[in-house]
Amino acid sequence: MDAKDILGIPKNALPSQDKKSKPPKETQRKPDGISREVYALTGGLAPLMPAIDVNHLKRKAQLENEKITWQWLPFTSSARKDDLQLYHWVRVVNGVPPTGDYSFAKYNKSVDVIKYTDEEYAKYLSDPAWTKEETDQLFDMCEQFDLRFIVIADRFPTSKTVEELKHRYYSVSRTILIARAPSPGDVAGHPLVKDPYNESQEKERKRALALVLSHTKHQERRDVEVLAQAKRITEARKTIKAPKAPELPIISDVGPLGIDSADNVSPPTNSQLPSSSVTNPVSETASVVASLRMMRVYLRSYALEQLVQAASSSAGLRTIKRVEQTLHDLGVNLKPKVPTRAVCAEHLELRKEILTLLNLQKQLQYKEAEGTSYRDASYTEPPGTPTKRSVRAADLDQTFTPDSLGFGGERSGKREQKRKGPGRLSEAPSSPAQSKRPRKFKASD
Amino acid sequence: MAQTVESDKVTRLSDDSEKKILRKRLKDVEICVPIVYGTIAFWLGRKATETQSHKWTVYVRGATNEDLGVVIKRAVFQLHPSFNNHIRVVESPPFEVSECGWGEFEIGISLIFHDDVCEKQLNLYHHLKLYSEDDSGPQSIKKPVVVETYNEIVFPDPSEDFYARIQKHPAVIVPSLPVSFNVPFDNLIEKKGDTKDHPLNQWFINFSEADELSNLSAARHQALIFSCYSNGASIWLMSIQLQVSVIDKYRIYNSC
Repeated sequence: MDAKDILGIPKNALPSQDKKSKPPKETQRKPDGISREVYALTGGLAPLMPAIDVNHLKRKAQLENEKITWQWLPFTSSARKDDLQLYHWVRVVNGVPPTGDYSFAKYNKSVDVIKYTDEEYAKYLSDPAWTKEETDQLFDMCEQFDLRFIVIADRFPTSKTVEELKHRYYSVSRTILIARAPSPGDVAGHPLVKDPYNESQEKERKRALALVLSHTKHQERRDVEVLAQAKRITEARKTIKAPKAPELPIISDVGPLGIDSADNVSPPTNSQLPSSSVTNPVSETASVVASLRMMRVYLRSYALEQLVQAASSSAGLRTIKRVEQTLHDLGVNLKPKVPTRAVCAEHLELRKEILTLLNLQKQLQYKEAEGTSYRDASYTEPPGTPTKRSVRAADLDQTFTPDSLGFGGERSGKREQKRKGPGRLSEAPSSPAQSKRPRKFKASD
Repeated sequence: MAQTVESDKVTRLSDDSEKKILRKRLKDVEICVPIVYGTIAFWLGRKATETQSHKWTVYVRGATNEDLGVVIKRAVFQLHPSFNNHIRVVESPPFEVSECGWGEFEIGISLIFHDDVCEKQLNLYHHLKLYSEDDSGPQSIKKPVVVETYNEIVFPDPSEDFYARIQKHPAVIVPSLPVSFNVPFDNLIEKKGDTKDHPLNQWFINFSEADELSNLSAARHQALIFSCYSNGASIWLMSIQLQVSVIDKYRIYNSC
């Protein structure tokens, strides 16, 4: 009685099927010389590289008739300087134990730490930052700990950084090497001479690494934004450099409020950014209007969709998302519930204004960043390596936040919303918007 | 809105459609028909069976319940294929179909216009809703589930005939042409296809443009304030930078 009886399946049905299906499986046979367990680990896939040397397998086959025993025997290792006698199990073929050195002795690598004489020290190696005792100690420890500088820094009696220790060690070794060589050309290829240790670069590298590791998600996002903006600016400059299109006069006319004034005050470096981001939508909008006309009949909501798409065609996905988020924050439906002509026009205007707002906020952030790097360069750090300043720019977030509270980009934007227009702001000019509105109506027609 | 329609701008357009009627078109004019389409579903309560739990009506109506028959020749409602005769053609207003059923599905609505209006048809899609989404108590026989969408059918560059025919009709929004441009105007307003006395009238949603506009203008006002604020902050930052640079120069000068 077995499972097949219970299930009422004829006993012979399955085995015969098994036999049929087996032969094709045999084509993927386990290669000789690999144990079944190892082969199973590969998941039945043939290894990319031969795992075992073929000669080794052949030899093994030849020596099949030899008698192999394992014996507990003493051995010596060239890696040991004392004559300590240790035992291990050894494979003995036909009663003859293997001769030669202990097979693992070859892994006992040691560093050749250069030894300098007192005269050499006096002649080449005096350094105001290091005494002879300290240098001696450093070289002793380098020998003792095989150049594991982190361990050495930990044990070093006077406080020196890993970089200082490394710098001293490598510069001493290098000087001695050059001094002892009959001519400079003889040691020019030596790694110590060819690639001298650069302490400041090493410090900068570690600092940058630490900075990257300590970044928060928010900072990372900001960095990406800054990079994207930089890319956009360079692209904008390229398009500006290209022959100017005849549309340009129209742009300044249609350009959303605020941008113009922003241009006047901002340095010429980033003034191209907003105007160029407005360039495309104008022509895009015109083409959408033309294609809608060709349709003979369409739904107002469809027209709005197309116009919105055209207006944001030059903006990135991130910007579009942010516009939509802002719309949501302002309590406006992404798709108007009553899409009349006037509502759609207003909706488009609002989106345009939000784009302007986001651009301004970006500019503000940019300014903040500039300000931060500027202050950092002039106050917190002595005028020095330019690399430092560039890294500084990356953590502008940290350094500027205390001052920028309330002036920050999106964060403060949301805060402002809840406050509903503080009194100070009501002085801000609102007339340009109204004066421009009629003109823009036409543009969206 | 001032549309300039000069007689030389009235272009003759030959369409690719099979009817090659040369028609005078009014350029830069846009006729627009506000419509509402949607469904109203009543739960049948005790009378509900497994396959017929709701009685619903799908319709296209004028936004102000005016007669759409002047523009729309017929409407074709495409129901779920499980219904008998699932493509329903309604040749005259009110353009609606009532059915009983148990399931929600997407209804396709094709609007075919009168010959002088437009040769192309317009497709709308509406998802039939039988079960209310906000769980405000159990289903009731009295209160139906109403889902309506407001939209506007836009006819760019309409034909002169069409313009003349519907110029004074309440169902459409027509820009007034300058007096110099004379379009003969037919006074043929028959009030019969409207939905003003429709039995379901009390459930129709009133779509308010004014609310939407005031909402939008409030939002624009806010956006403007933020913009000014960012701009101001930007200028403020610049001035600080200037100060810093001046101080810096001063320091360099001193150290020299």
